[in-house]
Amino acid sequence: MKHRTFFWFILPSLAAMIAFIALPLVSVVVQSLHVEHEQITSVTENCGPFGCNEEVTVDSEATAALRAEKPLGRFNGLGTYFDRGHLATEEVAAAWQARSSLGDFFSRLYNLPLYKAIAFTLTYTFVVTPLVIMLGLAIALGVNRLTPALKGPTIFVSLLPMIVTPLIGSLILFWMIDAQGIIGKSLQWMFDDPQLSLKASPTLTWITLMIYGVWHSAPFAFVVFYAGLQTVSSETLEAAKIDGASRWQQVRYVVIPHLMPLAVFVSLIQLMDNFRVFEPIIGFSAQANASSLSSIIFTDLRGDVIRFNSAAATSVITVIGVAILLTPVLIRTWRDFKGKAV
Amino acid sequence: MYLKKVAFAGALAFTSSAAYAGCGLSGGNVNVLANEFGAIQAVIDGAEECEGDGVTVESNLTVDHRDIQVAALSADPAQYTSAVVANSSIVPLINGDLIRPLDDLVAKHGQDLDKTQLITVDGKIMAVAFMANAQHLFYRKDILEEAGVDVPTSYDEVLAAAEKIRSMGLMEDPFAMNTGTGWNLGEEFVNMYMGTGAPFFEPGTANIAINNEHGVAALNMLKSLVEYSNPDFLTFDSNETQARWESGDLALAVMWGSRGGSILDGEGASEEIVDSTVLAAAPTLEGDNVASTLWWDGFTIAKNISDEDAEATFVAMVNGIGDDVIRANNEAAVWLSSAYEPTPASAGVAATAASGATPYPMLPYMGLLHTAAGGELSEFLQGSESAQQALADIEAAYTTSAKEQGFVK
Repeated sequence: MKHRTFFWFILPSLAAMIAFIALPLVSVVVQSLHVEHEQITSVTENCGPFGCNEEVTVDSEATAALRAEKPLGRFNGLGTYFDRGHLATEEVAAAWQARSSLGDFFSRLYNLPLYKAIAFTLTYTFVVTPLVIMLGLAIALGVNRLTPALKGPTIFVSLLPMIVTPLIGSLILFWMIDAQGIIGKSLQWMFDDPQLSLKASPTLTWITLMIYGVWHSAPFAFVVFYAGLQTVSSETLEAAKIDGASRWQQVRYVVIPHLMPLAVFVSLIQLMDNFRVFEPIIGFSAQANASSLSSIIFTDLRGDVIRFNSAAATSVITVIGVAILLTPVLIRTWRDFKGKAV
Repeated sequence: MYLKKVAFAGALAFTSSAAYAGCGLSGGNVNVLANEFGAIQAVIDGAEECEGDGVTVESNLTVDHRDIQVAALSADPAQYTSAVVANSSIVPLINGDLIRPLDDLVAKHGQDLDKTQLITVDGKIMAVAFMANAQHLFYRKDILEEAGVDVPTSYDEVLAAAEKIRSMGLMEDPFAMNTGTGWNLGEEFVNMYMGTGAPFFEPGTANIAINNEHGVAALNMLKSLVEYSNPDFLTFDSNETQARWESGDLALAVMWGSRGGSILDGEGASEEIVDSTVLAAAPTLEGDNVASTLWWDGFTIAKNISDEDAEATFVAMVNGIGDDVIRANNEAAVWLSSAYEPTPASAGVAATAASGATPYPMLPYMGLLHTAAGGELSEFLQGSESAQQALADIEAAYTTSAKEQGFVK
């Protein structure tokens, strides 16, 4: 294809990508570099049903003039990125100076919101992603061996966790694991501990969230692998059988190598998805014990004072985090691609 | 024939109500953004009576109203003509210059309003309050009698009563308050710190002043109280504490006064629980300092709308908080109106106000402190952090956000 033709061919999608992906990203980056104007306040007398009070109020006229002059606010450079709510360079340096041991340093680090969120986000990503791939493959292999009559219903049931909206799914489970709920009560009975609560301890909350993550995402891996299984060449399998390969050896040396590109694809998608873990934290009301990068962005954007700059900085950090996380997988794909092209 | 009659009667009813429609207005659009609970629903229903003759009344009642109000009222024309706010949520609207002074509208249409209902900022009327609210003590008369303790008036007495109830085996976790991480927990901290009588900020500045022995006292009391709560306390919001109260799991609780009506209405709780539930003043912490804040709910009118819409909105909302509406919904809230007859459901808020509690501070940076406290206290309450560390974290989180918002240099 000529370059010119190619250009006109992709122009519509290119324009859409610039409008809906590139420009918002640029705007987020620009916002993260600015903070609000210095507030001009004055003391006024405010009255209400409970009497009068001398209180500070923002001088709205003066603020409006400042805003009209510089709508973006004050330029703060990378200041927001390095403050306590984000990378917290000063606090990290102080923690390093004051450490009594490496463990002490990490516990000081864990006290900072971004690092706390990163700790959970990474743990979640690296526990859930491999488990999803393994469980998905296991379900796919199992379903593939079923008799045709049973396949349809089994596939439907296996897909249910993915069909249910994440927020609804997590809410239903949240009620079930409540101390009064069916799972919560059963666990109390099993462990003979009437005070056992899955919501109270950080460790149990993390485990709950990760089990939920695997439950929710396994069907996706299952569908992809199941589709891949239909393309495994029966000749190769038969040849392996004739050579005396056991069922496990067939899977290990024929099926898995065949599905490898799909596993790369699934892990790519899952790494991205899991790094942005959000709904289960809200659905399980787990903010006390677990926070992710997305949930701290959400917190910034709610409440009486909305902190766009802070949320924008965290968003940029999330994008950079996803990019770092995906680099190894992308490099691998690129190598495969080049290997094939030659 | 029957159907025809019904249709005719319906048409008649419609025209007869339409006779009052418009509330004397010639036209205008009313669109209200508000929180969702029974009392506000009643106000909106009252405002909708003004519909007709070119007047339209719409509303969006959502618990997420605070998160969308600034964006919705910043648009020109604004998405909503009125936002129903409380002491804390009016602040961002004033900061952003998004609501209009109501002096001329009050002079023209507000003859029936009581002077105490008018919220003035720097001499200008910015909102009209219609109900009061506060967090205060709910207790079970029968359980306290069984345990042989008097009604607690201070938090130390609450602790003693809870301990007695637990040690006698009456209840394992007799106490609850809205300690869910986030806004709810922040509110509990603000209330408890109020009980020390100390200021939140250094006088005349936006510099936070809670990292001191008063802060430690407030935190230690919160910690001691949650020892008598169910271990899930970090997920407790109003709905959760109300449900636990109605299921009879609690003997002592600090909840919003606005929940009193729905607990005492007998729906959701057994007669035994309803009959023995009493609403009392919020407990004190140090000396006579009440550990609670007083709140009002009121309506504001958006700035970026036409004068016609503003007038229509004001008249409709005044109709919504009119004497008829309040008499018909007397139980639903602690109304700020002469038509209101006090009920057992309002006893707690009235007693809290009478005991000298102060209103929630209407400061432009109070919301930042509230958010910081709500986010940084969980670890302390779970026992994995010291009170000093938790206070230092609140201070650091607040200072970071206050610098970013331009309140602190």
